Amino acid sequence: MALPANSTVERTADRADVVLEIEDLHVSFRTETGVVRAVDGVTLSVPRGRIMGLVGESGCGKSVTAYSVMRLIEKPGWISGGAIQLHPRDGTTIDVTALSEKDDQLYDLRGGKVSMIFQEPMTALSPVHTVGNQIGEAILLHQDVSSAQAERLAIDMLRKVGIPGPETRIDQYPFEMSGGMRQRVVIAMALVCNPELLIADEPTTALDVTIQAQIMALMKGLQRDLGTSILLITHDLGVVAQMVDDVAVMYLGRIVEQADVRTLMKHPRHPYTEGLLASLPSLSMDKEELPSIAGSVPSLLEIPPGCPFHPRCPYCERGRCDVGDPPPLREWAQGHGVACVRAEEIHPETNREEES
Amino acid sequence: MDSSLHIPLLQVKGLCKHFPVYNQGFFKRQAGLVKACDDVTFDLMPGETLGLVGESGSGKTTTGRTILRALQPTRGQVLFRTNGSAVDLAALPAKQLKPLRAHMQMIFQDPFSSLNPRMAVGDIVGEPLVIHGLAKGKNLTDRVVAMLEKVGLKPEHRTRYPHAFSGGQRQRIGIARALILHPSLIVADEPVSALDVSVQGQVINLLRALQQELGLSCLFIAHDLSVVKHICDRVAVMYAGKIVELAATDDLFTTPRHPYTKALLSAVPSPDPDKKMSFVLEGEVADPGNLPPGCSFNPRCPVVEEECMSEAPQLEEIRPGHFVRCHTEQCPKGQWIREE
Amino acid sequence: MTTEHVQRPGEEGAEQVEAASLSQWQLIRRRLTRHKLAVASSYVLVLLYVLAAFAEFFAPYPALWKNLDYSYSPPQLVRFSFSEGLYVNALNRHVDPITYRRAYVEDEDTTYSLSFFVKGEPYKLWGVFPCDRHLIGIDRKAFVDGDDMDAAGESVLEPVFYLLGADKYGRDICSRMIYGARISLSVGIIAIAATFIFGIVIGVISGYVGGATDNFIQRSIEIINAFPKLPLWLALGAAVPPEWSPLRTYFAITLVLSLVGWTGLARVVRGKMLSLREEDYALAARLAGAGHGRIMFRHLLPGFTSHIIVSLTLTVPYMILGETALSFLGLGLRHPVVSWGVMLQDCMNMQVIGNYPWLLQPIVFFVLTILCFNFLGDGLRDAADPYAAR
Repeated sequence: MALPANSTVERTADRADVVLEIEDLHVSFRTETGVVRAVDGVTLSVPRGRIMGLVGESGCGKSVTAYSVMRLIEKPGWISGGAIQLHPRDGTTIDVTALSEKDDQLYDLRGGKVSMIFQEPMTALSPVHTVGNQIGEAILLHQDVSSAQAERLAIDMLRKVGIPGPETRIDQYPFEMSGGMRQRVVIAMALVCNPELLIADEPTTALDVTIQAQIMALMKGLQRDLGTSILLITHDLGVVAQMVDDVAVMYLGRIVEQADVRTLMKHPRHPYTEGLLASLPSLSMDKEELPSIAGSVPSLLEIPPGCPFHPRCPYCERGRCDVGDPPPLREWAQGHGVACVRAEEIHPETNREEES
Repeated sequence: MDSSLHIPLLQVKGLCKHFPVYNQGFFKRQAGLVKACDDVTFDLMPGETLGLVGESGSGKTTTGRTILRALQPTRGQVLFRTNGSAVDLAALPAKQLKPLRAHMQMIFQDPFSSLNPRMAVGDIVGEPLVIHGLAKGKNLTDRVVAMLEKVGLKPEHRTRYPHAFSGGQRQRIGIARALILHPSLIVADEPVSALDVSVQGQVINLLRALQQELGLSCLFIAHDLSVVKHICDRVAVMYAGKIVELAATDDLFTTPRHPYTKALLSAVPSPDPDKKMSFVLEGEVADPGNLPPGCSFNPRCPVVEEECMSEAPQLEEIRPGHFVRCHTEQCPKGQWIREE
Repeated sequence: MTTEHVQRPGEEGAEQVEAASLSQWQLIRRRLTRHKLAVASSYVLVLLYVLAAFAEFFAPYPALWKNLDYSYSPPQLVRFSFSEGLYVNALNRHVDPITYRRAYVEDEDTTYSLSFFVKGEPYKLWGVFPCDRHLIGIDRKAFVDGDDMDAAGESVLEPVFYLLGADKYGRDICSRMIYGARISLSVGIIAIAATFIFGIVIGVISGYVGGATDNFIQRSIEIINAFPKLPLWLALGAAVPPEWSPLRTYFAITLVLSLVGWTGLARVVRGKMLSLREEDYALAARLAGAGHGRIMFRHLLPGFTSHIIVSLTLTVPYMILGETALSFLGLGLRHPVVSWGVMLQDCMNMQVIGNYPWLLQPIVFFVLTILCFNFLGDGLRDAADPYAAR
């Protein structure tokens, strides 16, 4: 877990442990009505071999952050500040933000060192190519093998993702498969080149809950076997709790809280995180009035001054929370960052040591 | 639940909706049948909320739409009680449906496509009144404003267009439109699935409050079991077009009987990192156009027996108010299970 | 991007509220104003239509006015001097005695001044209001209407002002182009009206009713489309009896054009109906008890009026092209009706084009009109596109 460079606490993260470092990232979009800052100063590190969750609701900027890692932001958006660095296993460092569009390293990166799986398996797969063809393409683009070898590797990968009868499935088209199968194929495509980092953008949102459970179990198993680091983007806190090791919560383009999953789920310190957890209609709660967060997410064109969450915050203090710059992400405890000026006042009785 | 009202508002008996599948070609011949909704039977009491839960292909949306006659039922009865007498909606000719429309309405899942983007909000909400000739002019405006305020919006919102509102607000507009005629039956088709988690609670609370205030009966269709727990009195679980379990909410969540219900409950990821998921159901979600013989769940069922492969089980009451469609869970023929 | 409102009372900005209350048309108009080319095109089109509407006023001469003395006169250059203001030099005609070739030479000594709002040939605006003012023309007050002989005994020709030259009969090209605009541009619009009605009615029925009706209509459309357009036009054009009056011929031609053109719109309308029919809000209206008519016209049709407008805007140039083509080939309108196509008939001869290229000027107007309609249509399509902002 790493913290912002201007943090008063020393950086405790060992650089060898970290596969991805995002430093003060800013991504802007030019719209008809003005410039929108979709990502407004995000600093994040993904530890090697672990699963990092990026949580937030619509409009918080989590997908944009992930797309920036692969340099997939296109007009009218652009990376307006910050740096993204990838640290592959071989010890080198790739400055992703510095790569130019024509750089071979960028194409090497996409699909090779960093791969991505998307929310909608149907649209992520080409309807006119067979499954084997698509996985084979991923292999042939990044590995120096013959097409026969590529086919063998593809069959192998399909078996690993739990698709029965992969030898015949290789020649099937995506429309011949169910949603869960397609998502497995997408996962196979993403992992076939053994990437350093897998970015999963809401991989289970479009799936039925029983299939979601299967895919979650699959991803965890593969992650353990292959040692891939995963950046998991989701809005579902249940998925977060079951899958990830560390979590960052985003709101309106900024990280508001960051901690390991147990700490965040059991001892949230930012009012937004608290609100999110409280509004979960979890299976264990009794039938009563369902809590929710007042109001709704404001448009990125009208980000409130001061703390962007203040209009909806039950602890908002006039004069402090609604003026000035947004609060920085500061260290609450070892490995736990909170962006709230009133965090200590809201939770005075907590002994921070107890949380770890 | 008010136990003095024993007469069901809605009685669905053996409702079936089958879609024929045609061959490609100029002369279309029927190649198969998709049994989207098959032999659905349940009662809905006045003021009750019944949850209809299932994954994709379970037939829950088809059931909801067929009950409201948005789709023509293939078989079965839908007995709807209004003005003291019961009418079979399934058999009613189209012309006689219009006056009944005022008593049954629907809330849709997608807040973006359920409101006409070309119409102002006030017109959208007031249209049912206009269609049925129930209000005009100032009276119409007053009723629309009253309804908008009831769902938590402001009077000035009625001149705005849907594109100006957030998802949660649009759902409120949809609710206002559905309730302006004071129907006795509401079919809510996944009303919160498309909303952010922090907003879901607002809409669910609103639905509960309105339901209690107006005394509505609600058929709440959802795929999210945890949401259902908060708003439903009874829950029916559907799989491949059939109801596989039907029970009071507490009973279903504490003692589920059908293997699918158990799998469904355990598949919902718990927000507690220490509570790991216990059991993952294998296999694919059933395709209602291609069902196996016997019980539709048999390819995935962890407790499948030989009987399940050949004979389809019926929905039977194993405890008062608790129905299950499963050979292994049901009693040997002729006996009741008594578990208190 | 949806504009989501923070629910704080009285905090919403005025612009937000305004944007929220804008109807579809207002939003489209806003977006259109950003499309510079479309806006410029619309101005040009307005200008052209104003020219056509007030043709009698704008044209220096009536459409059929001719002066055989000035056959194939070239365009006259308008000059300016501080003493005389705008003027043109007189043209003297010389005939080469050997080749009999006519040449026009400017006589620097004799000048005719021009002015605006001059009294010229009398006319009746739209056939109703008698008037004789023209926008621009030779100032008769400055010219002494004297004999036809000058001091040297050579015949003095009547002063004429051919801004863009003259054709074989000495008819002013500029005036005829303006009158031609009236015919060509209006044919486009009237043909559109018929297309509009056919296309919408048939498309709506086909899309909404579906099933066998839809099947039948679509197959019919395909059969109609299978006929090659130009030969079909030619055949229908030739079928119009030549003894019909110009007015009847005019309407017959517009009917011919629209009979073949409605299929495109019907297809678009039907496609849109099919997709919109399945939208939740259409179902909501049905469940509220709305009848088919209400659903079709109050709910579904407004959903694609913008597409219809775009489609129509892009069909107008097609119609103008059709009329021009037919008239050019002699199968459409004919003399004495003036349209750009009719004027282009005079250009069928290579010698004519080689010697008197100014006869081709109607092409300029024609291309300009078509381009403007296309740009405007494109701009409308871009502006009207994703209205349902997600």
